[in-house]
Amino acid sequence: MNRYSITPALKDRLFKIFAIGCTGFALLTLLVLIIDILIKGLGRINWAFFTNLPSRHPEASGIYTALAGMVSLLFFTLLIALPIGILSGIYLEEYGRKNRVAKFIEVNISNLAGVPSVIYGILGLQLFVRLAGLGNSILAGAFTLALLIMPIIIVSTREAIKAVPHSMREAAFGLGATKWQTVVRVVLPAAFGGILTGIILSVSRAIGETAPLIVVGALAYVPFIPEGPMDQFTSLPIQIFNWTSRPQQGFIDNAAAGIIVLLLFTLLLNGIAIALRNRWYKKTSL
Amino acid sequence: MEADYGEYKLKARNLNLFYGSKQALKNVSIDIAANTVTAFIGPSGCGKSTFLRCFNRMNDLIPNVTITGEVMIDDIDIYKNSIDVYAYRKKIGMVFQKPNPFPKTIFENVAFGLRINGENSKAILGDTVEKALKQAALWDEVKDSLHQSAMALSGGQQQRLCIARAIAVKPSVLLMDEPASALDPISTAKIEELIFQLKKDFTIVIVTHNMQQAARISNKTAFFYLGELIEYDSTDKIFTNPSENATQNYITGRFG
Amino acid sequence: MITGGNARIRSEKVMEFLMLLCSMVSVVTTVGIILVLSVDTVRFFGEVSFIDFVTDTQWTPLFEDKHFGILSLLSGTLLTTCIAILLAVPVGVSIAVYLNEYASPKFTSIAKPILEVLAAVPTVVYGFFALQFVTPLLQRFIPGLAGFNALSPGLVMGVMIIPYITSLSEDALRAVPKSLREASYGLGANRFQTAFSVLVPAANSGIIVSIILAVSRALGETMIVAIAAGQEPKLTFNPLESVETITTYIVQVSMGDVPQDSLEYRTIFAAGMALFVLTFLLNNISFWIRKKYQRRYE
Repeated sequence: MNRYSITPALKDRLFKIFAIGCTGFALLTLLVLIIDILIKGLGRINWAFFTNLPSRHPEASGIYTALAGMVSLLFFTLLIALPIGILSGIYLEEYGRKNRVAKFIEVNISNLAGVPSVIYGILGLQLFVRLAGLGNSILAGAFTLALLIMPIIIVSTREAIKAVPHSMREAAFGLGATKWQTVVRVVLPAAFGGILTGIILSVSRAIGETAPLIVVGALAYVPFIPEGPMDQFTSLPIQIFNWTSRPQQGFIDNAAAGIIVLLLFTLLLNGIAIALRNRWYKKTSL
Repeated sequence: MEADYGEYKLKARNLNLFYGSKQALKNVSIDIAANTVTAFIGPSGCGKSTFLRCFNRMNDLIPNVTITGEVMIDDIDIYKNSIDVYAYRKKIGMVFQKPNPFPKTIFENVAFGLRINGENSKAILGDTVEKALKQAALWDEVKDSLHQSAMALSGGQQQRLCIARAIAVKPSVLLMDEPASALDPISTAKIEELIFQLKKDFTIVIVTHNMQQAARISNKTAFFYLGELIEYDSTDKIFTNPSENATQNYITGRFG
Repeated sequence: MITGGNARIRSEKVMEFLMLLCSMVSVVTTVGIILVLSVDTVRFFGEVSFIDFVTDTQWTPLFEDKHFGILSLLSGTLLTTCIAILLAVPVGVSIAVYLNEYASPKFTSIAKPILEVLAAVPTVVYGFFALQFVTPLLQRFIPGLAGFNALSPGLVMGVMIIPYITSLSEDALRAVPKSLREASYGLGANRFQTAFSVLVPAANSGIIVSIILAVSRALGETMIVAIAAGQEPKLTFNPLESVETITTYIVQVSMGDVPQDSLEYRTIFAAGMALFVLTFLLNNISFWIRKKYQRRYE
């Protein structure tokens, strides 16, 4: 055999090195990103950063209003999205298995999951901001975000319900339970962990959304705390975006600091969701 | 040994069942007396489990099933549409092949049937749960851990829990679909003894693959083959001197 | 006892209907999106000819000399997406193959969380990273690189979509029946040969689906390009220049003071419609492929 030809064994080794290299590249990028952000932003993290309102002077700017806006936004988003999303998931998985309307709804949800978030922003702009007269308010933003995260909630509710063994439903029916009683007393409690995981993942997604909120009119310079759902608002990613677009180095540092806070929230939420998912899988396995 | 009141507890008349176009039960008729244990035996796929499930309309849960004929409990046809099928399922308990306790506490498992009927009084629940667990010969083993998860019990204990859960709502009939086939020999023996005890209070129909089991615990035995009821007679007769050749062949192990 | 449950059955039917209504919200959403985009797109085309829209090489609705050619925005979108895909596909598929065929459990337990984190990072963070780290870094090696360019956000987008490709490709590979693998190894093939001559071809529909979905995701990405690619629509395929994507444009106009119901305002909808049609087509093609080839091995 020619020593210089690329033997199958060589290809195998080369690919192995390449693939490990790719994984290393992904890891490296992540590490570099985190370290870079930390270098740029850690210095700005202090109590004042959390309690300051945004201002024209970078050193005096803070994320207080952004955090307040984010919390209010989340509250209303979940208030709208959770009941509708979970009930939809229950319906599609427990009641709608056979009819065509359900199939049609399923196709819709799959499509909605793939629609770019900025399009949801346009929808929210026309439907909630203008048509429903909500203006550039938290409520308009909440409705828009609710529509955006609903596919996530529906899909994870369905997956959680699907994982409940059929034998459990049979046992309940055998005891004379009606469909609804079975769903409420047996299926949902068993699926609870999975549904909760889906909720947390959707929250994690919602707090990072920027584009649809910009289109719906979230402002970047909001020097007040929103008092009610009809107030104007900002949120953390929007504040970060705004600071990133400014040339002054001070604002770049602020952006990095804001990112640290945002990343902390996001990774914390995702970590909880994953831990929950692992625990829950152990619980329902018979 | 025979029925106290000269009527039959469970009856079926000319029952036919189709999965789509495939016929699974052919013209089955049977009379089952109260407070007896009846065994359904036959090779795999002969329709015995399907027939069992007709008595509590569990087959309703399967799409594309068509049923003709009559199934009567206390002389009332349960396939007449005006029947509240949920109420009926409470009169008929079912125990499945693989133990299927809910992922709840032992107490809540047994109390489930009562709770869905609106019974929430702690006193009544506690009382009924204790009685049911005693009847199922599980009380001594779990009385100190009633509020622990049912999933922590062994397979045999879980099955006895499922029996306790079924009898807690005081059905008059117990349908058991191969209740011991997923269990080890010792648990199986315990379950068999339990069935013998339960006979005083319930009418029991048990589907089983295990002919020795049928011979041990049942009063009458029904032999099914390819969806038909071939022979139905006292257990003694079936196992010592069956009338039909098919029965004879199955008993002696020529097939199935 | 026999016929007592009618009231209960009725109230349960009401619940069922209520849940059906909730499910219809998704249908209403889709209808809403299509309607909202269509109405103003139609009005837009009442003033701008469709031919101009698809052939004019300039997009300057906000300037004095107005041009409404979508091509420049489209080129920005496609350029950044291409760069992203060129990075993500080889890397993503390779990682998927490695995880599926080569990796030890220890390796998998490290690699999987990394990918999950990559997928979880908010896009505004990636945008910041592209502008403030990747662009300066690249400028050291590529002298002609502008401050806003297509290369930097393209690469970062590529990193962002690696998890999409990896997880779906891995699922596809795992779904290939074990018997095929065993046959290949039984004939003396090594892992590379088994992976690329047997498994990947067998899983190709799933891998293609993952790529299409990743493309759709990249096309719709907003923040990374809004921050790092620039806001000058330009018909170019040079990644070193600044470009504007459809998504950036929509955000740019939304932040500005364009009067509502003006032609300039309606450009959002026309651009949005173009984007929606693209992603909608891609998504449905991928669904169709998945459905068509799903039962191949069952």
